[in-house]
Amino acid sequence: MDFQLTDDQRALKAGVRELLAARFGRERLRAAVDEGPRLDRALWRELGEAGFFALRLPEADGGVGLGLPETVLAFEEAGRVLLPGPLIATHLAAGVVDGAATGEAVVTAVDGRGLVEWLAEADVVRGDATGAEPLRPVDPLTPLHRVPVSGGAGLIDARPVSSTGALPTASLTSLFTAAEQLGTAARTCETAVQHARTREQFGQPIGAFQAIKHLCARMLVRVELARAAVYAAAVTADPVDIAAARLLADEAAVRGARDCLQVHGGMGFTWESDVHLYLKRAWTRTQRAGTATESEELLAADLVSGVGR
Amino acid sequence: MDLTYTPEEQEFRARLREWLAEVLPSLPPKPSPADWPGRRAYDLGWQRMLYDAGYAGLHWPVDAGGRGATPTQHLIYLEETEKAGAPYVGANFVGLLHAGPTIASEGTPVQRARWLPPVLRGEEVWCQGFSEPDAGSDLAALRTRAWRDGDDYVVSGSKIWTSHAEVADWCELLVRTDPAAPKHRGISWLAMPMDAPGITVRPLRTLAGSTEFAEVFLDEVRVPVAHRVGAENDGWRVTMVTLSYERGTAFVGEVVACRRVLGEVAREARKNGRWDDPALRRRLGGLNAEFRALWRLTQWNVSEAQSNGGVPGVGGSVFKLRYSHARQELYDAAAEVLGPEALDLGREWTLDRLSSLSYTIAAGTSQIQRNIVAERILGLPKGR
Ligand SMILES: Cc1cc2nc3c(=O)[nH]c(=O)nc-3n(C[C@H](O)[C@H](O)[C@H](O)COP(=O)(O)OP(=O)(O)OC[C@H]3O[C@@H](n4cnc5c(N)ncnc54)[C@H](O)[C@@H]3O)c2cc1C
Repeated sequence: MDFQLTDDQRALKAGVRELLAARFGRERLRAAVDEGPRLDRALWRELGEAGFFALRLPEADGGVGLGLPETVLAFEEAGRVLLPGPLIATHLAAGVVDGAATGEAVVTAVDGRGLVEWLAEADVVRGDATGAEPLRPVDPLTPLHRVPVSGGAGLIDARPVSSTGALPTASLTSLFTAAEQLGTAARTCETAVQHARTREQFGQPIGAFQAIKHLCARMLVRVELARAAVYAAAVTADPVDIAAARLLADEAAVRGARDCLQVHGGMGFTWESDVHLYLKRAWTRTQRAGTATESEELLAADLVSGVGR
Repeated sequence: MDLTYTPEEQEFRARLREWLAEVLPSLPPKPSPADWPGRRAYDLGWQRMLYDAGYAGLHWPVDAGGRGATPTQHLIYLEETEKAGAPYVGANFVGLLHAGPTIASEGTPVQRARWLPPVLRGEEVWCQGFSEPDAGSDLAALRTRAWRDGDDYVVSGSKIWTSHAEVADWCELLVRTDPAAPKHRGISWLAMPMDAPGITVRPLRTLAGSTEFAEVFLDEVRVPVAHRVGAENDGWRVTMVTLSYERGTAFVGEVVACRRVLGEVAREARKNGRWDDPALRRRLGGLNAEFRALWRLTQWNVSEAQSNGGVPGVGGSVFKLRYSHARQELYDAAAEVLGPEALDLGREWTLDRLSSLSYTIAAGTSQIQRNIVAERILGLPKGR
């Protein structure tokens, strides 16, 4: 057992981080917020060229031929920089929808609870978006529509991996969402620590105060626990592991952003600081592919079924 | 990232499993918690069986009499012994998990030869005399004095919360050898025989009613200078070695145990109808996520230690923080499932719930662990 990143995985992660730092750094993020939600098609194609959408597509079909762990690392990096766009839907459409793999096409999907991200900007919508009504989205970089759904169908899939080795879409969406949450949570923790080191009050950095230290320590603990869970779920591809990873990653991202806001004091409550962007994106992602309740129910059922232990 | 085990690791697991299945049925019945001589004999007997089968000191270096196993093999060992319901290290805790490894890494050849084999063979029990009434979290404030008299140190002072002191043969003892030095500098690490004249052990009752730990009074106890591990006044550095072992892998087996208990709690809820309450199901489901993730974090930390030559990192503090709270939540949930029966001391979970309260205190409180995470991992400044 060697549950550490391989050299290739480290290189891949660093590569994605570099690409995103160059193409979607902090200035670009703030500019995107100012411009309003418009998808950067050039960046989308660059991501396509870099293989972001085709990571898991077999090489024979023009893909990169990698697995879930590598894909999770890439989504973690996207989550770090709050990269906007229907990344997961497009990734899942690679090999199914023309142009998705290469980033020529922007693909979105109707989620089980009737939310659609980036509907107006998408070239292809998977699922039935009839009657979609726009929301005024809380996250300035995630335009949302709501589609009336009948019966509030839950989307968490407890079925084991199918005979073809493919996980259901909802499970994959949940896993990649967890990876994005992990990236955001890690970035949020770093942002808080950075601020705590430099902001001075009472003649010393606020990070010297234990109340602030402990907020930061709690953030790190949540990030590290979520990281172990998310990476493990990517390796096992087990729906119960995925549900656990998702719960912990949602917690790390949402609570982390709130704690980060607290560390920033009044500054954290402003539009100028990035903290609200982390929080709003984290909130938005919690609504994807199943609720916390569904995850918890699945995990509870696992306790009495004894399967997967 | 790979969670599969190598053929050698699987082979190791299979042999261990076979051996456990063979020997566990022949174990004598577990003594009652109040029967200290019985507990000592039971724990040492188990250690002897491990020794004879070649499983003693699995994670110790070979030149210290250990098996030099990889951290992954140690993980497998802890997982399998817990799953099979094998005895816990019990009274051998300090000897095997921190005094032993500390002597192995800091002791002289003579010291290693004297103290290590009896720990491995299950002949001698150690306890830890670090805390004092006025030196808990602020351990370096300890005041127990030791002054030189010929070839001996003469030690006076008192220790508190000393687990297993009643049945220990040796104590890893922190003393102040230079009262004039800054507080972290004047400390030495001694191996004190518990039968030396001048030692009084007074058991303390825990909130669970048991006597797990004791006060130890030291009145001019003579400890040979040759029993000092590390240089005089360099005891703080040696202590850090001890603590890194204490916080390293000490809780691994317990996570496996908690996962088992969680499954039992869920089945009990199914039996008594509490399972129909969605809020309770969600709570247990959330705990399942928690303990699964803690197990993954264990695997992550162990793999990391393995790539760092086996040294446990500060990741132990991250783990301990979350684990100690999760364990308490587990037994709170168990109490909710039991309902009024949770007030019955005859229920194992009630006793376990009481003892779980120590996890956020012993081996460094949660507050102290958070300071460690903030200062040593995140690099935040020390408070003034
Ligand atoms: C079951 C059990 C077994 C034990 N076994 C042993 C043993 O075998 N050998 C041994 O030497 N010791 C042992 N201990 C002692 C244990 O290590 C100490 O209890 C622990 O380190 C805390 O010290 P204290 O009890 O003096 O609490 P204190 O240090 O007085 O702390 C009281 C409270 O103040 C908080 N606090 C203290 N300092 C700070 C700070 N700087 N910042 C924020 N909060 C702070 C603490 O977090 C805690 O909440 C054991 C304890 C228990 C409960």
